Amino acid sequence: MNTQEHLNQLTEIKSLMERSSRCLSLSGLSGVAAGSVAILCGSYAWWYIGNGTFASPVTVTNHFLALPVNSQTFLHLLMVAAFTLVFAIGSAFFFTWQNSQKKGLKIWDASTKNFLINLFLPLIAGGLFSLALIYHGELYLLASATLVFYGLALLNASRYTHKEIRYLGISEIILGLVSMYFIGYGILFWLVGFGLLHIVYGLLMYAKHEKV
Amino acid sequence: MKHIIDNLSKLFDSRLRLGIMAVLMVNDKVDFNALKEYLDASDGNLASHIKALEKHDLIIVHKQFVGRKPKTSYEATPLGRQLFQKHLDGLNNLISNVKQ
Repeated sequence: MNTQEHLNQLTEIKSLMERSSRCLSLSGLSGVAAGSVAILCGSYAWWYIGNGTFASPVTVTNHFLALPVNSQTFLHLLMVAAFTLVFAIGSAFFFTWQNSQKKGLKIWDASTKNFLINLFLPLIAGGLFSLALIYHGELYLLASATLVFYGLALLNASRYTHKEIRYLGISEIILGLVSMYFIGYGILFWLVGFGLLHIVYGLLMYAKHEKV
Repeated sequence: MKHIIDNLSKLFDSRLRLGIMAVLMVNDKVDFNALKEYLDASDGNLASHIKALEKHDLIIVHKQFVGRKPKTSYEATPLGRQLFQKHLDGLNNLISNVKQ
């Protein structure tokens, strides 16, 4: 056997290890789509709380924190949040499905399952934690809690997909922790974390793994 | 040069055996159908290589029933992991030696 053959063998082994343990269908465009949805819906919430104007972040935060949890406005915001979640996950799924078709990969295998389980366990914990915050009326911690839990979930699931997800997770955690010290600017941190970072990392992933 | 070749264990002289070990190195347990899909191999061919690896205690076979269906999955043994790692190191050495 010559060197070239050995080299081919090593390359093949490496690719097999990657393919069998990581969900490589995850598309960068999923991030771009989810980020765009987050920015649109987040901006709408900003505008809605500000009574039809984009008031300063601190004013908006004060409005938001003064809302009684059972008020019509708050329920409307919860609906917007649920819509954002469903639409972001839906569009993320769509682009990943498309990517798997294009690359001829199976979308549902052990690595996808591992990725989703490891993503959603911390994410659901974070969701329940945030609902408890709402229940106790501690709304000022919502932006930080959602960012930190989401970052931990990404970090946890990153072992089963592209490396970029690990760095996205770490960025979200840092952003969430910093936002704890800038309570009045929660909406801005939220837009950067769920909107901008998704788009930036999504484009990075797209450039690295999908562009031909 | 001789000691490098020694590390290239005879056990891993087929492409399929290398593939099986590669998949089992990064996954805890893998069932037969998943292996078949990753390696793009036929039932008979895969089964005979699995048997050879099992005979040398490089992998363990787990048999269990899911409902009424038998399900067979495979796991690399510590010995299998060690030998495969050695084999990879051997390949790497060989290549870097030639490059120098």
